[in-house]
Amino acid sequence: MSAQEPRDPGEDMSEDMSEDTSFVRPFIITGGRAEPLQTDLRLETLVMAVGAPDESLAFERRHIVTVCAQPTTVAEVAHRVGVPLGVARVLISDLVVAGQLACRQPAELPLQLLERIRDHVRAL
Amino acid sequence: MSGRSEKVVPLAVKIVVSGGLGVGKTTFIGAISEIEPLDTEAAITQVSVGVDSLVGVESKTTTTVALDFGRITLDPSIALYLFGTPGQDRFSFLWDDLVEGALGTVVLADTRRIEDCFPAVDYFESHGAPFALAVNRFDGAERFELEEVREALGLGAEVPVLECDARDRGSVRDVLGALMDRVIGQRVGPAKRRVAVVSR
Repeated sequence: MSAQEPRDPGEDMSEDMSEDTSFVRPFIITGGRAEPLQTDLRLETLVMAVGAPDESLAFERRHIVTVCAQPTTVAEVAHRVGVPLGVARVLISDLVVAGQLACRQPAELPLQLLERIRDHVRAL
Repeated sequence: MSGRSEKVVPLAVKIVVSGGLGVGKTTFIGAISEIEPLDTEAAITQVSVGVDSLVGVESKTTTTVALDFGRITLDPSIALYLFGTPGQDRFSFLWDDLVEGALGTVVLADTRRIEDCFPAVDYFESHGAPFALAVNRFDGAERFELEEVREALGLGAEVPVLECDARDRGSVRDVLGALMDRVIGQRVGPAKRRVAVVSR
């Protein structure tokens, strides 16, 4: 999904980026791509750095690997690196394919885990 | 997926919070999240006046134009994320992304503009995704019996319909608990679900 694509650039992107001093168009960051190499990254998928950021990485990619020193969700990466979600997805999937990041996404949760989640929620 | 054995990583699960513009999704998430909801809220600009109908919610001065989400650490191994869907219809294309892999959805409704939750209800029903309908209490809004709301929306008996105060943590917790009951009921299966509903 190219979630950010259909947005009106004049309206929303300028708002997203309004706090940045240097405005860079999202498609510059991704090298013009909108589709991630790996399409199963969800918003809540946890990604983590495999090691220290590779010397060859620069800008947002390096920032992402640094942020992911602790397991971090895709949505949080987008927020902390300050890029739209669609951009974060492309960059994260690149880094996963390059072996810089690992990701973990559970399959369908077993019933007993759902019940544990419910019990925790009820106890909040 | 790789990485499973490398570090002890918590499980991240998500619940989606949906509903019309200005119904209280961000408030709902903020009431229970342990972090300030991370979001991209921007004041509604002149551009969106007339695009985003705020009739009946005149006091709302900001609206969520992008992702907003909160986090609750349930235990050291499970983190629950709450994701709000963008309120405006024109962002409904984001829903597929938000809903994929979600445990379930809370659809918030405002009785002053009950029709605003129709798209969300339609969407989650047609996807067979478990959801609970929570009627957010607004000052000055006419009160309806929950069964009237259920009837107006054509919801089956298996869908939890509750009243809530999106500002109140306990109220939000109860809505999430009801949703989890529904999620589990749907998993357990139709036959047992009926029994579970009746016995509640």
